[in-house]
Amino acid sequence: MAITINGVREQVPGDPRVSLLDFVREHLGLYGTKKGCDQGACGACTVLVDGERILSCLALAVQYDGRSVTTIEGLSSDGALHELQQAFIEHDGFQCGYCTPGQICSAIGMVTELRRGVPSHVTGDLAAEEIELSFDEVRERMSGNLCRCGAHNGIVDAINVVYAEPSR
Amino acid sequence: MIEFTYARATDAADAVSQADGADTRYLGGGTNLVDLMRETVERPTALIDVTGLSDIIEATPEGGLLIGAAARNTAVAEHVAVRTHFPLLSRAIIAGASAQIRNMATVGGNLLQRTRCAYFYDTEGSRCNKRDPGGGCDAVEGFNRMHAILGASPSCVATHPSDMCVALAALDAIVHTRAAAGERTVALCDLHRLPEDHPELETVLEPGELITAVEVPPLSFATRSAYRKVRDRSSYAFALVSVAAAIELDGDSVRDVRIALGGLAPKPWRAWRAEEVLRGAQATPESFRDAADVELAAARPLAGNGFKVELAARTITAVLEGLAEVAV
Repeated sequence: MAITINGVREQVPGDPRVSLLDFVREHLGLYGTKKGCDQGACGACTVLVDGERILSCLALAVQYDGRSVTTIEGLSSDGALHELQQAFIEHDGFQCGYCTPGQICSAIGMVTELRRGVPSHVTGDLAAEEIELSFDEVRERMSGNLCRCGAHNGIVDAINVVYAEPSR
Repeated sequence: MIEFTYARATDAADAVSQADGADTRYLGGGTNLVDLMRETVERPTALIDVTGLSDIIEATPEGGLLIGAAARNTAVAEHVAVRTHFPLLSRAIIAGASAQIRNMATVGGNLLQRTRCAYFYDTEGSRCNKRDPGGGCDAVEGFNRMHAILGASPSCVATHPSDMCVALAALDAIVHTRAAAGERTVALCDLHRLPEDHPELETVLEPGELITAVEVPPLSFATRSAYRKVRDRSSYAFALVSVAAAIELDGDSVRDVRIALGGLAPKPWRAWRAEEVLRGAQATPESFRDAADVELAAARPLAGNGFKVELAARTITAVLEGLAEVAV
């Protein structure tokens, strides 16, 4: 049994009580993914599984046998930051930084959902095939990621700068 | 979390055959069960992972839907047949939880999620008849702003938290199950029990009985439907009041109507009385308000949630007014 974490195959923990969050942090030493509430309320533990954003604190690692997980550590390549990481720096998308890895992983999953046509609570027309990445859409779709420093405006700006162009 | 064994089921029959004893739970996305296990509210000794079972979402030849219990909430909300023919179901799902949770949560698990009553979660400090039958309830005299005004009992005033189930109740959804004894169907409106003297019994399912699918029968006027959720913040919060409704007009009068309520009761609350009053009535704000008042005549608010009666009446009226305007 193995889970692929940032491209590396890892043995699934023997104890089924281990959450995916504790697995990446405590077993693999990947401390980028953060433990905030540990009960699915804050979004700090958000990771991507086969490209879909989920909460790793509510995920039992054993359930993700055979799946491919990307954490914040897996986003940069050859030492270069992911463009969204760079945009968070340039647009003050964080202060203390604790929610940031979850925000960034969540935003990447969010854009995939939006481009696939997944509607949100603020989407006006459910029949629309294309949904615009508006300020309101980003705010609603990112509501599962809390920021106690109040950097939300910078976060929305960073996301918009990177993803607003349909061609990107 | 206490120790437990974990196994994956290959199909429904395999899942049911592995389920022995009351301490076994079927595991979907885990968004509610894993949390409850960590809090030791739930203490299963065996988990059977049913996320590999059918997650099919298909339009039936009759114009309804068949949804495998392992379908994720996001998959249902985005499915073109759901968005086109049953918009209230899409709307209800995307009004609930967060995107991450909707990506994980299954349809079967959504039906069986447990109340978010804070006293239910507080294993060390609070009494709860759901957790500890006969032990008492600290919500009845406690902070009960979020609690039920319909269908509750002196032993339990907790609400059912689901948004999706409210839409499914309005749509007369049918739940397909499998147990060792065989397969059966249960109307969604009959799936959840009212608490009475046994709030620990939340559904009519037997131990080991597995939800395999949810069927939505055809409803032509579901295209004119809405889901409105009133909550303390504009996103990612449980409902104070929610209304799922669909309406069919005949000129200025109501030919048919479906109304279900969330945030008000221990189960997804089908507003049968309001519907009965409205069939054949004029489609006016006054009629809608009268129907809401008839439904809410049974309301028994607690010290902290009296506001829900008027809030529910106004929300029902506003949703129906909106649909009547759209439908003209």
